[in-house]
Amino acid sequence: MVSSQDQGPSMTGFSHYRTAFWAIATREVLRFVHQRERFIAALVRPLVWLLVFAAGFRAALGLSITPPYQTYITYETYIVPGLCGMILLFNGMQSSLSLVYDREMGSMRLLLTAPLPRWFLLFSKLCGATFIGILQCYAFLGIAAVFGITLPPLGYVAVFPALLLAGLMLGALGLALSSFIKQLENFAGVMNFVIFPMFFLSSALYPLWKMAESSELLHDICAANPFTYAVELIRFALYQQMNLAAFAWTSLAMICFLALAMWGYDPSRSKSS
Amino acid sequence: MKKLSVLAALLLSTTATADEIWVTNEKDDTISVIDLETLEVTRTLETGERPRGITFSKDYSVVYICASDSDAVQVMDPNTGEILHDLPSGEDPEQFVLHPDDRHLYIANEDDAITTVVDTQSRTVVAQIDVGIEPEGMAVSPDGKIAITTSETTNMAHWIDTETQKLFANTLVDSRPRHAEFVKDGSELWVSSEIGGTITVFDVATQAEKAKIEFKVKGVHPDRVQPVGFELTQGDTHAFVALGPANHLAVVNADTYEVEDYILVGRRVWHMDFNADRSKLFTTNGVSGDVTMVDVASRKAEKTIKVGRFPWGAAFRPTN
Repeated sequence: MVSSQDQGPSMTGFSHYRTAFWAIATREVLRFVHQRERFIAALVRPLVWLLVFAAGFRAALGLSITPPYQTYITYETYIVPGLCGMILLFNGMQSSLSLVYDREMGSMRLLLTAPLPRWFLLFSKLCGATFIGILQCYAFLGIAAVFGITLPPLGYVAVFPALLLAGLMLGALGLALSSFIKQLENFAGVMNFVIFPMFFLSSALYPLWKMAESSELLHDICAANPFTYAVELIRFALYQQMNLAAFAWTSLAMICFLALAMWGYDPSRSKSS
Repeated sequence: MKKLSVLAALLLSTTATADEIWVTNEKDDTISVIDLETLEVTRTLETGERPRGITFSKDYSVVYICASDSDAVQVMDPNTGEILHDLPSGEDPEQFVLHPDDRHLYIANEDDAITTVVDTQSRTVVAQIDVGIEPEGMAVSPDGKIAITTSETTNMAHWIDTETQKLFANTLVDSRPRHAEFVKDGSELWVSSEIGGTITVFDVATQAEKAKIEFKVKGVHPDRVQPVGFELTQGDTHAFVALGPANHLAVVNADTYEVEDYILVGRRVWHMDFNADRSKLFTTNGVSGDVTMVDVASRKAEKTIKVGRFPWGAAFRPTN
């Protein structure tokens, strides 16, 4: 970021943006690469769900056939898109956790004083974090395939834009949350009040019709959860199908969370507070 | 214009020649006809009460249906769906098999503990052979010399000489034998046992047990693994075995008798049949009321099609 300021006036506006984007995104990726434990932890979590939790439900759940599926599927197959969503959700939150850390350590001041619009700096960081999330998802899908949980070959390609949009949406949520959290300690609360409810109150683990069987209220909450739509977008994309409603709701949620994050990081607001 | 009319004719001929899978619906007293181009039910035909076994004549000009609760084998015109006449079948016919002579039907009469042999041309009973209690599975060897009846309660395969219409051997199998097939040009007889959870392989020449195939589905209690219907792939290299309430098909290597794969299909999978080139398999799933199409090469369930209530038997019908 500092280097972008030292390049001198000869640089065009576009190259300023490009340099800043690469610097921020690369920093995000490097930070992840250097934390090998984080990569392993990011994969262990969904794999435990897939190989331990889902194994117990294999025969018990009795899923009926709902789109995008054409026939009966095992529970392991059902929860794969939800676990991709889980990876992106945790990744988005972890990335925002690093922002809170940066704020405490003072490096955020350096980032936000770069002579570029603040929204662009935050968006660059968001893109870097989303890229990491997508990498984790593909690593997870690869390991799942080794364990025999395979998807249509073209689905692995078709899911990329869905992972990108879902990753951006969940990353934007993390950014918005981080703008309101002043201390690292408070972040534990995010785990309890954001990640867990968001994951459990969605179609990640059970289809919505199954939720409706137990409680209509539960179904309605799940149906209002943007994470549900992110998961459904991924689920349909894995079978090379487009779920327009899921696309629209995920996009709308992304725009809202981004706007909230921009507002949260607005310098004038910071001064007033 | 000429090109258009040729194209239209081609399209029409394609739709007119789509092969079919015929499925008997035990609870609905109907047959669902599935078009193999569109994979949709195109016709639902009325039958007698509780249709179960179904088979076509060699030239596919008529279809025979075991209407168990009507105590009749019905003969239907597959083009019109009209019941042409009933055959004298004995009481409660459940399964049957058409002799390679395309004329004699060997019918298992579950309630009477007999096997009835019916001449489909003269519509008369040729013979009635006493077998074990609750006969069900029926098979005839490719050379037509041996017929097999399996009896559910006696737990036996009964070997019938088709010339004399008399039993010449009885062999024990595991509990509740359901289905029998001659494989490998009639050199082996396979019998599935629903409660025993096995398939017993016999050497036909000696009627001696040659192998026993057992099944174990991950995550399914052994009591629910109940082999029923099965079919052999092209060249008799592999067998696809319906495992009833285990909701899976097993893929068995017919040379090593080892189970190579399990495929998830609908609930209480019962019987099945292949398409023309044996590349796709269609299973009847009784409890879920549907038919699952399985790709034989990749061993993956590709699509499940809703039919009537409690689908039981399946039979392929080419239409070109």
